[in-house]
Amino acid sequence: MMRVIVNGERRELPPQATVSSVVALLADDGGRPPAVAGRGVAVAVDGEVVPRDEWSSTALDDGARVEVLAAIQGGAL
Amino acid sequence: MTDVLPTDREALVGPGADPLVIAGRTFESRLLLGTGGFSSHDALREALADSGAEVCTVALRRLDPSARGSILDVLQAASVQILPNTAGCYTARDAVLTARLAREAFSTDWVKLEVIGDDRTLLPDAPELLTAAEQLVQEGFVVLPYTTDDPILARRLQDIGCAAVMPLGSPIGSGMGILNSYNLAIMIERSDVPVILDAGVGTASDAALAMEFGCDAVLCASAISRAEDPAAMARAVRLGVEAGRLARRAGRIPRRRYARASTPEHGTPDLSQSSGEE
Repeated sequence: MMRVIVNGERRELPPQATVSSVVALLADDGGRPPAVAGRGVAVAVDGEVVPRDEWSSTALDDGARVEVLAAIQGGAL
Repeated sequence: MTDVLPTDREALVGPGADPLVIAGRTFESRLLLGTGGFSSHDALREALADSGAEVCTVALRRLDPSARGSILDVLQAASVQILPNTAGCYTARDAVLTARLAREAFSTDWVKLEVIGDDRTLLPDAPELLTAAEQLVQEGFVVLPYTTDDPILARRLQDIGCAAVMPLGSPIGSGMGILNSYNLAIMIERSDVPVILDAGVGTASDAALAMEFGCDAVLCASAISRAEDPAAMARAVRLGVEAGRLARRAGRIPRRRYARASTPEHGTPDLSQSSGEE
């Protein structure tokens, strides 16, 4: 297993886990199919954006910081 | 921008008579809705309908796996354009990264660029804002920067290639309206891109005033979302924007120090009592 930081929390993932694995993991946390979690979602790994079409091919290194973001209400609060 | 008014009524107030154009895209409504502060998605949905807004801001935050229902559902059902913001960014670097993430998440090049100086005033950090705006324009973004009411800074943002400027009337959420109408007027006079009042609106009259000053549009969030009845306030602000815009186009009378009779003096009868004394 390897350890990555997902949205500030330490998580354990199998070796060769990709960005898609992390998005699926969060979807699973919420009891939802992975496809739903991918909509309106963006991912950064170690401060760099990973485009959606590269999620499944982007392998994570041990210790990677993954930020998975989604839309919330906001603007000119 | 004192337009010559069309004599045809339809061309003055009819549908499509006075569109707002930002970066080549045309909008009927001159009210943009900030979605922050609504108590629920239902409250947002109702207010959005009453606001008539065609553009709504959204923010990006860490995905909450337990959240049910997305704001995107509400906005897509209403067919509004999503305008991602970079709320909460304090540096150009963070704002640029957030804009890139928003482009991924929402498939839009548009970004409302916010780079804040501190969390007490939420005022823009001008040097960081310029740096971020320049970078994002280079990367092909349509940049709408939240800026101070400084006309020179607005000019610099425009020169960099921003598609509009979004000056504050007063600090975000303060509801103090427009504190420096002089600066705002100068900015409007000298701007070749739309000027969208972005913060400080407290109620409908503030929005009307902004439009009367010559703003091209108003972005409003807290005044609507935190009103006791958000949907009613959404309608009020919408009407304020429409009233202010039409009043601007109609050309107001100048302010003067003394009265000016609206009834002619010519033909005034002599109603004095006759007296034999004189």
